[in-house]
Amino acid sequence: MNGLAERAIPFGERARVRFRAEHVIIALVAAAAVYLALVPLGFLAWRTFFDGGSFSLDAVRDAYDTFGLSELAANSLVFATASTALGVALGTALAYIVVRTDAPWKPFLFAVALVPIAVPGVLYTIAWIFLASPRTGTLNALLEPLFGPETFNVFSLGGMVLVEALRLVPLVFLLMYAGFRSLDPALEESALVGGARTRSVLRRVTLPVVLPALSAAVLVAAIRALEAFEVPALLGIPAGVWVFTSRIWRAVGEYPSNLAAAGAYALPLLLLTGIGVLVHGWITRRGRRFETVTGKGFRPRSIPLGRWRWPVLGLVIVYFVVSFVLPMLALVYVSTLFYYAPVSTESLSRGTFENYSAVLTDSLVLEGLKNSVLLSAVTATVVMLVMAVCAWLVLRTRLPGRRLLDHVTFVPIAVPGLVLGVALLFVYLRAPIPVYGTLWILLIAYVTIAMPYGMRYASVSMSQIARELEESAAVSGAGWFQSFRRVLLPLLAPGLLAGWVYILVISLRELSSSLMLYSPGNEVLPVVVWERFESGAFPEVATLGVLMTVVLVILVAGAHRLSTRIGVRAA
Amino acid sequence: MLNVSNLAKTYPGSKHNGAVVAVDDVSFEVPEGTLFTLLGPSGCGKTTALRCVAGLEQPDGGEIAVAGRLLFSSERGICLPANARGLGMVFQSYAIWPHMNVFDNVAFPLAVAPRRQRRSKPQIKEHVERALALVRLDGLSDRPATDLSGGQQQRLALARALVSEPPLLLLDEPLSNLDAKLREEMRFELKRLQHEVGITTVFVTHDQAEALVLSDAIAVMQRGRMEQVGSPREIYQQPASRFVADFIGAANLIEGRVEQRAADGLYTVEAPAGALLAAFPAELAAGTGVTVVVRPEHVLVRPADPSAANGWRGIVSAQAFLGDSVEHVIQVGELELRARGSPALAVPPGAEVSLSFADGSCLLLPVQS
Repeated sequence: MNGLAERAIPFGERARVRFRAEHVIIALVAAAAVYLALVPLGFLAWRTFFDGGSFSLDAVRDAYDTFGLSELAANSLVFATASTALGVALGTALAYIVVRTDAPWKPFLFAVALVPIAVPGVLYTIAWIFLASPRTGTLNALLEPLFGPETFNVFSLGGMVLVEALRLVPLVFLLMYAGFRSLDPALEESALVGGARTRSVLRRVTLPVVLPALSAAVLVAAIRALEAFEVPALLGIPAGVWVFTSRIWRAVGEYPSNLAAAGAYALPLLLLTGIGVLVHGWITRRGRRFETVTGKGFRPRSIPLGRWRWPVLGLVIVYFVVSFVLPMLALVYVSTLFYYAPVSTESLSRGTFENYSAVLTDSLVLEGLKNSVLLSAVTATVVMLVMAVCAWLVLRTRLPGRRLLDHVTFVPIAVPGLVLGVALLFVYLRAPIPVYGTLWILLIAYVTIAMPYGMRYASVSMSQIARELEESAAVSGAGWFQSFRRVLLPLLAPGLLAGWVYILVISLRELSSSLMLYSPGNEVLPVVVWERFESGAFPEVATLGVLMTVVLVILVAGAHRLSTRIGVRAA
Repeated sequence: MLNVSNLAKTYPGSKHNGAVVAVDDVSFEVPEGTLFTLLGPSGCGKTTALRCVAGLEQPDGGEIAVAGRLLFSSERGICLPANARGLGMVFQSYAIWPHMNVFDNVAFPLAVAPRRQRRSKPQIKEHVERALALVRLDGLSDRPATDLSGGQQQRLALARALVSEPPLLLLDEPLSNLDAKLREEMRFELKRLQHEVGITTVFVTHDQAEALVLSDAIAVMQRGRMEQVGSPREIYQQPASRFVADFIGAANLIEGRVEQRAADGLYTVEAPAGALLAAFPAELAAGTGVTVVVRPEHVLVRPADPSAANGWRGIVSAQAFLGDSVEHVIQVGELELRARGSPALAVPPGAEVSLSFADGSCLLLPVQS
């Protein structure tokens, strides 16, 4: 027995060596996540306050001298609050109609609510400028005989709120759709059996149970609105309505660019979004008490609309026309012009498709397309693989600090793309790592932005895989790599693929961080759109917009099918 | 063959709960070719002990050796990871990989073996087919694993655990997911397999009937400790504690006091409801507080006999017909007794009955202080 026991020791040692090799990968992955999420923010704070080598508030004072903090904060909050209120109201109503009523054409309604998410923000905003610019907007031109000139002015706080709210609706819809779906009808039925009337069931059972999902939706929407860049920059700056993001943009864009001021504008914004994310986390954790998702598919109780069935459908169609059909028609219309002109019989009769062949042979566009596709595909692949390992660490090990890793990968959700761009400039303009001026810095930004979503997809799908499947691989003699590659990855594949497509989509439309970090020669597609718009090449912009939207709609539809199959709630 | 000594495992407490002692100084030995069962209620530490042997949990202390090869020793600082232990295991959920077909599932342990020891493709095929034939799944190689029925998945898991011819097979409640009829079938199937292969096996279950049918030896566990280790017959007929008596089969527990020694190893016990004779192998002083264990099948019921002056009498409070037997619940003063007998002797509730106990069937347990 003793002799045999001696023989066992080398076994143990060899096993320990193998253990170390996989620890290197795990440590690298965790370190990369922490580095990407935290280092830029650290630099941002440091460079804002310590630019001259010692602590100073000069940058902050300079920044807010020209423009008061209180007014900036007030504008940002009013803009965010109003668009959130409108967006949540519309999104929740849509979700309620689709999930809980017997409205006709439900699959169509579902698509209607979801499709606008595919349009990149910059194109959506530009489409609204084509529609409702005070003097040259198509809607204004059409309505002039009826209401006189300049019926709508999109360059106003009201215009900003409307466009941003319409951007938020699909997101709110998805969150509330999940919220209403996960409501166990037995909760309501037992109240009904208990003698309650429909209205009091709604108020005393449905509402309290859905409340966590609703508050989460409100916070997600508010954070998005605070982080929004396209709408405040394109609609707010001409109107003189400044918010944090547009100020950051201006501070970096002016000559010489004032990075310290940009940092000073970014910090209060980060504070607001950070608080939003913390409260959101607190609510969702508390909300688990109410979680009634048991893995069984509920068939939610449908509330009969009676004679309101068709009017409700009509209202949804009106929403769809305003939120999607009109902006898309505007893009299609402008894409057929040689030079921009409001719609008229004459402009329509001169329509042409030459822009399409011009755009598709434009070398800058093709270069941008190549960069965009390359960056997005690499981002999606890297993020999903790294986050699969992170999710494994968080869910499957008892490593100290695994909870922290979970939180760290979520940090970028609170960082607006613009702020991340500024922070990365702080880091890499002076750092000895030569990534500035290359695609690498864009990759770093994209990976950071996509990290929280990748983590969500990876951890949701991993939590659905029984631990015993991995344990049986270990008992069968498989090492960490073998069981990860041969058991875990194949089982995770549908979830990872869904996350991959989602990240591909958000990377393809990512504008604000790209604007901060690109340099001539490595423009991505949204940057090309932005530049062409700035230089007034509207028909080309519209053409690009139509093409991008078509591709993204297809991708979003694919992503949605995949994610519902694995049960990730998109956010 | 398998030697486990002084095994200990404590789960550290969290904010909400204190530390949990899952396995508390457990030692046992499983001889070559036998089936050893860890039996106990849920949370007794039986699964944790098995997972420590498998290498899925790291014990805090103790030693585990298989065929003389040390797998774990806190003293020597040895802890082989699960994938270096070379054991076979069947999980409660079977843990069949849904993305592989039947063949690939079974071939996995051979395919991931270290390169130097890896068999050639044709050899792997031969081994897999032999393992599948053993569990009577031959011919299903190409089926997706998820197409199999519950019972077939069970066999598949067994084939996978056996394919690399491990020295030790670990079974973690493998029958608990099957329906009652299939479970009974699989019990005998398992027994047949274990005899055919002659593999040393550790079996974890909370089902005492399963344990009695399958085991060469049973260890009854409670709160991380071993209450008793013995053959099924010993455990059933001579439970060492009140817990074991109560957990294995049904038992009537009658509190009383030793009156006097009646014969060699036989004592008269005075209980509130009457006196009875009970066996105990050692010396007991008169007046010692004891618990008498009587199995329901040893409680004999007959219609009340007014001529018998003394003896046990009670009122039937409930009766249940079980098909092959009938069970009576009888109220004797404060005491409630269960009796099981032939359906021919059914007595309606409310009737008065006389009770007696089969000779030598009453067992004495000194009350633990």
